[in-house]
Amino acid sequence: MSIFVDNNTRLLVQGITGKEGQFHTQQCVIYGTKVVAGVTPGKGGQKMDDIPVFNTVKKAVVQTGANCSMIFVPPAFAADAIMEATDAGIDIIVAITEGIPVMDMIKVKNYMVGKMSRLIGPNCPGIITPGQCKIGIMPGPIHKPGGPIGVVSRSGTLTYEVVNQLTLQGIGQTTCIGIGGDPVNGTNFIDCLDAFEKDPETTGIVMVGEIGGTAEEEASEFITKHVTKPVVGFIAGLTAPPGRRMGHAGAIISGSSGTAQGKIEAMKACGIHICENLGTFGDLCAEVFS
Amino acid sequence: MKIHEYQAKELFKKYNISIPDGGVAFNPDEAKQVAENLGQFPVVVKAQIHAGGRGKGGGVKLAGSIDEATGIAGDIIGMNLVTHQTGPDGKMVKKVLVEQGLNIAKELYLSIIPDRATAKIVIMASEAGGMDIEEVAVKTPEKIIKVFIDPLLGIQPFHCREVAFGLNLSSSVMRPFVSMIGSLYRLFMDYDCSLVEINPLVITAEDAVIALDAKIDFDDNALYRHKDIIEYRDIDEEDPLEVEASKFHLNYIKLAGNIGNMVNGAGLAMATMDIIKLAGAEPANFLDVGGGASAEMVENGFRIMLGDKNVKGILVNIFGGILRCDVLAEGVVKAAEKTGINVPVVIRMEGTNVEQGRKILADSGLNLITASDMKDAAHKVAQLVAG
Repeated sequence: MSIFVDNNTRLLVQGITGKEGQFHTQQCVIYGTKVVAGVTPGKGGQKMDDIPVFNTVKKAVVQTGANCSMIFVPPAFAADAIMEATDAGIDIIVAITEGIPVMDMIKVKNYMVGKMSRLIGPNCPGIITPGQCKIGIMPGPIHKPGGPIGVVSRSGTLTYEVVNQLTLQGIGQTTCIGIGGDPVNGTNFIDCLDAFEKDPETTGIVMVGEIGGTAEEEASEFITKHVTKPVVGFIAGLTAPPGRRMGHAGAIISGSSGTAQGKIEAMKACGIHICENLGTFGDLCAEVFS
Repeated sequence: MKIHEYQAKELFKKYNISIPDGGVAFNPDEAKQVAENLGQFPVVVKAQIHAGGRGKGGGVKLAGSIDEATGIAGDIIGMNLVTHQTGPDGKMVKKVLVEQGLNIAKELYLSIIPDRATAKIVIMASEAGGMDIEEVAVKTPEKIIKVFIDPLLGIQPFHCREVAFGLNLSSSVMRPFVSMIGSLYRLFMDYDCSLVEINPLVITAEDAVIALDAKIDFDDNALYRHKDIIEYRDIDEEDPLEVEASKFHLNYIKLAGNIGNMVNGAGLAMATMDIIKLAGAEPANFLDVGGGASAEMVENGFRIMLGDKNVKGILVNIFGGILRCDVLAEGVVKAAEKTGINVPVVIRMEGTNVEQGRKILADSGLNLITASDMKDAAHKVAQLVAG
């Protein structure tokens, strides 16, 4: 079992003919993902490798039965691409694009209210159900299929680090999701925690957060009330100075809110096992999940 | 991106939001000219730097005559202004804003920000104007009015009334106040702002609504569609090494410690800084080379880290995904050849093409310390600090 994506996922790639879109589509195909279509306006009728390219998402869905979209469209056009996928009734939309204006995402968020689509990202590495399908830019080989741990994270390479340490301990993963480093994003920690709690194959959860916002605090409260499975957490940014944006648009301590210390305390208070030193993350997981 | 108060007020003017009469001055002569033109006293002389708390730091002063205004401008321009937001080193003041004094009847707080949790636009207002709003929020949260606006619907008259009545404004200022909020919201949306703040917004004895202060921050990701705002950028307000890094699309923030570090990905970069601290040292910087870094970017990253004279050692931590370890290794070797690395370097690589990367480093003959994993890297950094 897994959450959100599995071997029934039929992937469409928006921005498939661009340099990055092309490269990562190929990587997904190599991993075993069923990539059924690409969309680049104006390039309909062409092919990328053996994958048919369409002008619109709607046309691609009708012709190929795509139910998931991965977006590599440049930031200025990415919000439009997400809304197009939503309008076409795509179930899971994974937006990899980094640097989308906040106001664009705020509009997208409000547009998506009441729609059936789930957005993952933007500014994220994507989602992978090891051994079944990879939708994103993460390196496939570091993952270990078969579960039983679910991983949810706001970061990219930090997630790889954490997953790698799990795999080196012989602990496999059900699904790993990067929810993205932007202040306004789609799927949040709580959505993923809820899904992992309901997934019978997942027996424990890893949650990786960072400074900025209050998502970790809200997730902690949710865990107290609704999650029975053990959770191991890590928060990046203990040494981050206030008022400075630490790479991710969402990673900023503003005034007294969003500090790593505050998040760690909130998570500890809710019974989450906190890893203080990233070097020992795998060891802690082995202990907690054994 | 941040801009100066006088620049924010230029934008206010464009949107018919009332501001005090005045002008910016880069030297005492210009300040004298502005004061002469204003013709009435007192005038206020305000230091223009990208940090708050200027008043408390001695960067805002009243002048009762042209001579006094000129003298104060002379004192402030060139001073090193230290406020709670500048850090202990302070900021050099290069210009002042000279403005008419006002007959203040009431001071209010007003701001507009995007709310990340609800994905709405929030107007925040308070009768506790002129104070630190964070403090008000903690001590007396009931004194802050928050009105949430759906960006797809836009601001409606009832939103404005909710704010105005919440602030207990008299009926005589209701109309100009409501119109001012509407203009401010339009400015906020038109320019992709991440903050518009007026603290204080004053009601004068003559019932005028005037923005005594002005602060605007912009969403960096949206600057591509606001070329006129990019013109407002003031390089003098930024750290020279950070300016240099931005030329190469490197995400660099200078910090106070002595261990430089270069990482791919913001989250891992923060975690690496944290691990340096846990090892008993202090990070000298945040440096994210990003997902698709080239050998040239890595080389420039080294040059910039070494430009900070406090750096006594460097930790490179790369989890190769899109950025391949062999590309990183080539960059390190090039940097060593060109700039000469005169401090110990610990390198930890994992992921795509890690074997090729290790070989390039081993064959280079450079004196590098390799670490097998994060734990080992932290340990070696600690030794590096102790030694």
